[in-house]
Amino acid sequence: MAALDQVEVKDGVDQDTVDAVAELSGNYKYGWETEIEMDYAPKGVNPDIVRLISGKNEEPSWMTDWRLQAFARWEQIEEPTWAMVNYPDIDFQDIHYYARPKSMEEKPKSLDDVDPKLLATYDKLGIPLKEQAILAGVEGAEAMPAEGRKVAVDAVFDSVSVGTTFQAELKKAGVIFCSISEAIREYPELVKKYLGTVVPATDNFYATLNSAVFSDGSFVYVPPGVRCPMELSTYFRINAENTGQFERTLIIADKGSYVSYLEGCTAPKRDTAQLHAAVVEIIVEEDAEVKYSTVQNWYPGDADGNGGIYNFVTKRADCRGDRSKVMWTQVETGSAVTWKYPSCILRGDESQGEFYSIAIANNMQQADTGTKMVHLGKNTKSRIVSKGISAGKAQNTYRGLVSMHPKAKDSRNYTQCDSLLIGDKCGAHTVPYIEVKNNSSRVEHEATTSKVDDDQLFYCRSRGMDEEEAVALVVNGFCKEVLQALPMEFAMEAQALVAISLEGSVG
Amino acid sequence: MALPQVKQDATAARLDGITLPQGASWASHARKNALSRVNAMGLPHRRDEYWKFTDPVTLVQPDAPKAAVFQQDEAPLFEDVDRVKVVFVDGVFDAAQSSDLVAEGLEIERLADALATDIHWAKDLYGVLETRGQMPVARPLAALNTATATDGVVIRATGKAQKPVSLIYLHQNETSDAVIHNVIRVEAGAEVTLLETGPAAARFSKVLEVDVADGGKFHHVRAQGRDHERRAVTHCFARIDSGSLFKSFTLTVNGSLTRNECVIEIVGDEAIAHVAGACVGDGKDFHHDDTVFVTHDAVNCESRQVFKKVLRNGAVGVFQGKILVKEGAQKTDGYQISQSLLLDGDSQFLAKPELEIYADDVACSHGSTSGAIDETALFYLRSRGIDHTTATNLLTLAFLAEALEEIEDDVLAGALQDQLEGWLARRS
Repeated sequence: MAALDQVEVKDGVDQDTVDAVAELSGNYKYGWETEIEMDYAPKGVNPDIVRLISGKNEEPSWMTDWRLQAFARWEQIEEPTWAMVNYPDIDFQDIHYYARPKSMEEKPKSLDDVDPKLLATYDKLGIPLKEQAILAGVEGAEAMPAEGRKVAVDAVFDSVSVGTTFQAELKKAGVIFCSISEAIREYPELVKKYLGTVVPATDNFYATLNSAVFSDGSFVYVPPGVRCPMELSTYFRINAENTGQFERTLIIADKGSYVSYLEGCTAPKRDTAQLHAAVVEIIVEEDAEVKYSTVQNWYPGDADGNGGIYNFVTKRADCRGDRSKVMWTQVETGSAVTWKYPSCILRGDESQGEFYSIAIANNMQQADTGTKMVHLGKNTKSRIVSKGISAGKAQNTYRGLVSMHPKAKDSRNYTQCDSLLIGDKCGAHTVPYIEVKNNSSRVEHEATTSKVDDDQLFYCRSRGMDEEEAVALVVNGFCKEVLQALPMEFAMEAQALVAISLEGSVG
Repeated sequence: MALPQVKQDATAARLDGITLPQGASWASHARKNALSRVNAMGLPHRRDEYWKFTDPVTLVQPDAPKAAVFQQDEAPLFEDVDRVKVVFVDGVFDAAQSSDLVAEGLEIERLADALATDIHWAKDLYGVLETRGQMPVARPLAALNTATATDGVVIRATGKAQKPVSLIYLHQNETSDAVIHNVIRVEAGAEVTLLETGPAAARFSKVLEVDVADGGKFHHVRAQGRDHERRAVTHCFARIDSGSLFKSFTLTVNGSLTRNECVIEIVGDEAIAHVAGACVGDGKDFHHDDTVFVTHDAVNCESRQVFKKVLRNGAVGVFQGKILVKEGAQKTDGYQISQSLLLDGDSQFLAKPELEIYADDVACSHGSTSGAIDETALFYLRSRGIDHTTATNLLTLAFLAEALEEIEDDVLAGALQDQLEGWLARRS
């Protein structure tokens, strides 16, 4: 692929050199802040704040009630402590639950009306909010037909969606792609039918909090038999200080449809940690397929563990129909603390779930991530490939569940978890749960932990690579299985990310 | 953190009326400390993460549930092996049925006698290894055992033992509630084999504390009876030092509830620890749980966990295994495999094979599989004229072989193999 060696050359050489230097010194590339006037909800969370958020989104009363019920529930439950992560107590009353750029008070009619500062922010992030453009970093893909390169973007800035591209073109194909706040207003029957059916409002501490206070997010509906004509993506940017971002994504792939969805996220560098608690629900009907890819690059905090994002996310796909399929791919490089288990409920017969993950933790980062594969239908299949890389003083945990219910006859699971440690001050942990309740299913789990192979390093070094390049190459080889599953737009990004995060960890 | 009310209540109910046994002052001290550990931890509850797959209620409730006495219809295991026999009937030492407690290279004593002796080497181990094993996971039933045990053996191996010590646990009373605590010290360069057989009681709590000094070798072979109704919780706490060897194998055929915890701490370089288990479970009343925790705290060490379970007719098999490699425990070679063979659609296999690693130059692998009998292999055997039952039994034995191979002594392994074959043949 010609694009591979061109990926570094983007946004003009000067900027690139600056970025490269920044990367080499281990700097977080997206740590800058957009100076923009904001409207905040008062700090703290209570029923009034819940009503305020609901009001800002001009929601119908059933939605407000749903949120209030979730809030009442949240007040009764306790924060989970089972993950292998340590962080200071979060003061949930010391966070702004809603932050919106002042310029977004009046909803822009079209992307042309959006505040140029916001557009510039996304431009700088390499996420152009122009319909003719493609995601940055894939210039090499120019040879491909124009149709194949289009990516529709929903850009979420703090608590609000700034705009969604290609909406009209998608509508022609029957695909609804908009912010969730818009969907609640415009397509209440769809939202009502599906919201909270995969991740109930009572699911867990953070999902329940999210149900009460989510401010925006993306909504996708792909009608029966439709192959979504382009990739859809949401880009989450946290900008404001002392805010939490709570977004909600709902994706419905109706019978026989297909959609590929990408998600990216970044935040400015700050000394204090910020909370991000999202919920993603995916409904996959008969013969439908959803591909969900994430490159998570929230600010990880500094080398001493100050600041960074606490990423406490609940993601789940419900393969309701027979022969439905879902594929989660994630590259986790950011966040100070990650707590995230994208899961598949394989309800339909012959449904399939796949999970490919690379989690990279450096410095003081802590990641506790994995998946759940719940096999309920007959002949269901799941595959888990998880690669964890720890460097510095980071802790990386794979936590997963494979459950074969009594009725899930003739089902299959294959799990492979590998961990790589770079340096002797970090940790890699594997906590798989395996529950097999019928004998016609086969479950296989394998896991290994190793260090970067000396022979491989020596080979690379003998070919003239410096040590850092060599480590990055070996690690990339180790991660290839996961990277290959990413859509092309991200494969470039991901390979660069692997090199960045492992920067400085050798010697 | 305060204990949940439900645990406080269950713990209070169980401890109600318990008076600590008399003994030497160090023993009283150890028992008192153990009791306060129990109070601090609270007895286990189904909602505890560590008891997620096994309901401890019958182990915790004040009275032992009734268990019919199984009528032995075969020759006792290891009968042909020259050994020091130590017999316990429903948890009480029976001198008449036991051998003289003497053998070259060994000092063997009744626990009760040791605990009554003012100056005794067992002071440095009794409840001490158990306490070390309480971190990072609480094992309150082991602490309860330390607090209340009056019987068991203490063994010191000073050289290569002339013959194995065979602990025989007989069950005669339908409601017996036995508590046994054994302490073993293998001195530097010494070697001993411990055999344990029998169902023991209606409810059985057993703790084994083993300290293996530099270059010492400890072999442990255990067959946990074949009764249907016994409930047991056993703990083995081992600390092994430089160049030492620890090998433990357990065979379980039925028993209502069996929870075997094995906690191994490798503290010296170049030590080897293997723990293995084979289990055959038949029927809804069968619940078997192997919980293993191996800690590597030294360089160049090897650990292996090999657990195989054959389950049918609604039997439940559990494996919770963990390898913890501490910072600095470089060149660790850790291996863990747990496999189940489900002979029908009702049985369950629940596993949690964990790794926790803080050193970068190590190789740790863990595998876990579950599935039905290989139809192709079955077909092959049938096509050679072997009937279905015999073929299934052959494949079952082949499946269990990797675990049985962990027994070093061919005579002991052969005896277990014969017993297992006999059991399978009679059951089918």
